[in-house]
Amino acid sequence: MNSQVASQVNLVTGSQMLRLLWLIPALPLAGFLLLALFGGRLSRRQVARVGCGSVGAAALITALVGADFLRAFPDRPSYHQMLWKWIDTSEMTVGVSWYLDALSLLMVAVVTGIGFLIHLYSVEYMSGTGEAGVSAPAGRAGEDHQGYARFFAYMNLFVAAMLTLVLADNLLLLYLGWEGVGLCSYLLIGFWYREPEYGAAAQKAFIVTRIGDTAFAVGLFILFTQLKSLSIQQVQTLAAEAWPIGSNVAVIVAVLFLVGALGKSAQLPLQVWLPDAMAGPTPVSALIHAATMVTAGVYLIARMHQLFELAPSVQEVVAMIGLLTLLLAACSALVQRDIKRVLAYSTMSQIGYMFLALGVGAWSAALFHFLTHACFKALLFLAAGSVIHSLGHEQDIFRMGGLRRRLPLTFWTFLIGAAAMSGVPFITSGFYSKDWILWSAWSSPLSHRWIWFGALLGTLLTGLYSFRLLFRVFFGEVRTQPIGEPGVAMRVPLLVLAFLAVTVGFLELPRTLGDLPLFSRYLSHVLPAIETIPGMDKSVEALVQIAVTFSALLGMGLAAVLFLPRATFVDRLAGTSLGRALVIFWRGGWGFDRMYDGLIVRPWLHLTRESGELIDRGYESLAVAAESFHVWLSRTQTGHVRWYAATVAVGALVLLGLFAM
Amino acid sequence: MVLWFLILIPLLAAPLAWMGQQWSRHAARWIAIGALSIDLLLALLLWSQDHWFQDSGQGSWLLESQTSWIPLWGISLHLGLDGLSLVLILLTAFIGIIAIIASWTEIQTRVGFFHCNVLLALGGVIGVFLAIDLFLFFFFWEVMLVPMYLLIAIWGHEQRRHASFKFFLFTQAGSLMLLVAIIALALLHQHATGRPSFDYADLMGLALNSGIGWWLMLAFFIGFVVKLPAPPFHSWLPDTYAEAPTGASIILAGILAKTGAYGLLRFTIPLFPGAISEFAPIAMGLGAIGILYGAVLACAQTDIKRLVAYSSISHMGFILLGAFAGTELALQGTVMQLVAHGLSTGALFMLAGALQERLHTRDMRQMGGLWGVIPRLASMALFFALASLGLPGLANFIGEFLVLFGSFSAQPFLTILASIGMVMAAIYSLAMMQRTFFGRQRETRIAPDLSNIAFGTLLLIAVLQVWLGLYPRPVLSTTMPVMGTLVPPAPKLTRPPSEFLPSSDSFARLRGKPRLLSREGMQGVSSEAVAKENRLRRGVAEESSGSTAACLSAVVCYGGWIKPWISTSHVSAP
Repeated sequence: MNSQVASQVNLVTGSQMLRLLWLIPALPLAGFLLLALFGGRLSRRQVARVGCGSVGAAALITALVGADFLRAFPDRPSYHQMLWKWIDTSEMTVGVSWYLDALSLLMVAVVTGIGFLIHLYSVEYMSGTGEAGVSAPAGRAGEDHQGYARFFAYMNLFVAAMLTLVLADNLLLLYLGWEGVGLCSYLLIGFWYREPEYGAAAQKAFIVTRIGDTAFAVGLFILFTQLKSLSIQQVQTLAAEAWPIGSNVAVIVAVLFLVGALGKSAQLPLQVWLPDAMAGPTPVSALIHAATMVTAGVYLIARMHQLFELAPSVQEVVAMIGLLTLLLAACSALVQRDIKRVLAYSTMSQIGYMFLALGVGAWSAALFHFLTHACFKALLFLAAGSVIHSLGHEQDIFRMGGLRRRLPLTFWTFLIGAAAMSGVPFITSGFYSKDWILWSAWSSPLSHRWIWFGALLGTLLTGLYSFRLLFRVFFGEVRTQPIGEPGVAMRVPLLVLAFLAVTVGFLELPRTLGDLPLFSRYLSHVLPAIETIPGMDKSVEALVQIAVTFSALLGMGLAAVLFLPRATFVDRLAGTSLGRALVIFWRGGWGFDRMYDGLIVRPWLHLTRESGELIDRGYESLAVAAESFHVWLSRTQTGHVRWYAATVAVGALVLLGLFAM
Repeated sequence: MVLWFLILIPLLAAPLAWMGQQWSRHAARWIAIGALSIDLLLALLLWSQDHWFQDSGQGSWLLESQTSWIPLWGISLHLGLDGLSLVLILLTAFIGIIAIIASWTEIQTRVGFFHCNVLLALGGVIGVFLAIDLFLFFFFWEVMLVPMYLLIAIWGHEQRRHASFKFFLFTQAGSLMLLVAIIALALLHQHATGRPSFDYADLMGLALNSGIGWWLMLAFFIGFVVKLPAPPFHSWLPDTYAEAPTGASIILAGILAKTGAYGLLRFTIPLFPGAISEFAPIAMGLGAIGILYGAVLACAQTDIKRLVAYSSISHMGFILLGAFAGTELALQGTVMQLVAHGLSTGALFMLAGALQERLHTRDMRQMGGLWGVIPRLASMALFFALASLGLPGLANFIGEFLVLFGSFSAQPFLTILASIGMVMAAIYSLAMMQRTFFGRQRETRIAPDLSNIAFGTLLLIAVLQVWLGLYPRPVLSTTMPVMGTLVPPAPKLTRPPSEFLPSSDSFARLRGKPRLLSREGMQGVSSEAVAKENRLRRGVAEESSGSTAACLSAVVCYGGWIKPWISTSHVSAP
């Protein structure tokens, strides 16, 4: 109802651009259709133009729509656009309809903006025989231009699905996007389909996230049965009216939604798919497994924040899972050999921060970290891609080194990314977002001191693993000769993202440093501001900031001490039996894979292989019994008259005997 | 009259197709396609009269035709068309054409006779969808069986004899039960009114005592479920689907399975409302078991056609779940699932047949890496594998989700169990893709990709899948009036009119304990009202927690020994 009024108001005020909203997801979808149907017949240039252009156009329209939206912003906090009725029965009415507010606009801007940069990067990264040969192991040299078109088709489909997810007005449409991004993730992880391991990684990603998705779906069933609606806004208003805080229904629905979010966002205990997902091409890792899709869980929880507020116990669990994931993943990131796996674990860890923020009720802080993370992590992946590209598909950091002078542009951009991730104070975006989260963890009534200490330890580990990676790759002696810096199409995204990784942090300056809360003011129309416990004034905040700064710098310093000069101490440490065991344990992701293998995968395989068709065997044995009975009976048909006479006589006697009794 | 045309066109074209063999190589195929196209056009023409669907009241026929046949026994040639039968006839004609296109290159021996059998079987199916005299219905039910048997026995693969026998025995045993139950109904009608009748409308009005009603319902249920099929009556299906020629597999999965579902919706549920309300939890339990059982076994298969066959059992579980849930949402989902499954499984069998034709094997262990060799076929297989795993935006998703949404309020536990099937569907569908099309190429094979005609056909099915997945209203609004009549009348316990609160007691049912209203939650409501509501709610909760226990135990001791439990569960009894 509200939304209809809103759209009518809209017509009156004459905002033309907002009506183009539907084009934002439609353009990448059109790009996908074009590439999927005619990709084989287009030249490489045309494929790149379609693939890149559709997302670029979507980004452009996002800018127009965004400008239009912000012009009347605080007065008109949301815009609703109904395209058609999707399901329309007497009990359920669900539309294909978009909902734009501050939160979804932010997500759309990130998806289309960063999406476009990554598409641009892919034009060069994925093109040409040389590049295909470089960016993937043997076997896909034969990957011709159909592969090129296929890549951009999947990428466009992903962008369309992700935009559907963030713009959806109801949970069923959101679920469509949710499954759609999962599908594209599957297709792109397994992009080089000739490698069986890549296929296995892709399947693992899809199936593990589908476990979460199924929980999410059950949550939808309960929600609908209870409230007879699936509209995101309506459901939350109704739930807040109908369910008291902490009621069973609210808790169960929140838990089920949380499980869905854990699967998509690779948080404990459904995190196992993300490191393997690095099998996909590097731009895929940057777009899907760093900047956008894996943060869908964060978006879901932020979107449904009223529901989670009804279940404080679940919110606490969110914070704990976030903390646990961020620490476990940080430890694993410390010991990886593969450059992309380091980044994968770091992504998990950074999303852990976002979950932590959501859990302590710092909704805006989580979204702010999402924004900065999208910039610096996409940057790190793209820079890593540039390294991999120039080293002829080398991903092992122990065979890299000394690339600082050979690849200066890559080095500087990577440095900016690593600095932002570690939170180098004042000049990087990561500092502002992480500082906000830690301050919230200190000051929120929903938090505990130990959560804050854990998160502080996390900043130290982040600095340590980020700069370990940097030092291993770009300092020390040269182990593999690079072929040189990439071309323009790859350079531009790197530079733009490096610029963003520094500057987006200034959108939210804390009270102690300029006091310019643009970002939280912008989101305050959707997400409530964080509560603080009394007595949290500026001086406390400054102290917390100093602690965070110190901890991050300590981590970086430690990395410099340990890894800059030849790293002999670390090698010796890892050489001890305890060190070796720890390295293996952490490198394998804390044994989760082995645990699931033993607890779920093997029993499952056993069940399917051994079970066979019990019921069918029953029926078949009936047939066998009938047949043997007939064989037995037909033996009496001997053809000897004497035998027949004897049986007649015996039969007559038996009958007589029976009658006589 | 137009209804008779629908049935007679394929039946009369059948001998023509047989003779056509002599005229030219493809004459039989073209005759068959022509006959089915006319049927399809006729049905589309009927469908386009959409004012019907708005004007017609619930439960009335859109078109009806009645001629006396054997008045002594109360048998007449009575046909009736409503939204449900119309949708299924559309599906039948469409899938029939697909089946003929799919057999274009595969069937090279006795071409005329093959198409004669196809047309006879489809004519029988359309008759089944239209007959509303039970005797006539049974006649058509048998008409479709024999040609199907011949199709498998003559043109099937290696184990065709075994498979066709099994198919025949199972379905015939089911038919026998059906026949006995139909005759019993007619006699009961004679007993009650003095004259026998096989007419649907007459039998609907028949008051049955609960004992007889229960047994007759069971016979009607088993007779139809064998066709569907659901465990434990499913074991003919994997053999039959795998051994049948491609065209027959498509017809079996795409159309014949639907006759079972149709029978449940048209006869079993409306004829025995009393017995159904007791039996529904068991039927839904069977459905949930079918979903999981089919999915687990699908994961174990190495034969690609058997995999699709088991996935079919899994999908049919949703039909059973939805048909007996007793909510309009679930029933509408059932119809959608019927259509969606027909399209997706038909396409998958067509693809499997194309693979077998090229590689001369159905064993997925012999395949791998075919994406690079036959990209068109592979991408189509990917699309339909995704449809089969229930990807949102495609028709199967609508069917499955509406069923699950609709069933949750009736049987939360079973619905959650059924949802697990979604994970398993992902496992077997993706495993199929991985083993067949991805991975390393086994050997350098040069196989031709799909022909333009086959590719175009599959593309058309894909478009239909997307269309129904994003805009299912045409189907849903057609069947809405029919499905509305199948919803049992609301339970006697009228719920308090307060807006959102009452539904939470169904949740309390899930948890097995009643949740009472707290005073804080009801600001502004007088304390008497709260107390009254709580009293009411306690009543609901006690009753329903009892029925939950009964349902759970029904699932546990599923196997036929459930009768004593059932008597305690009357959650949806009028």
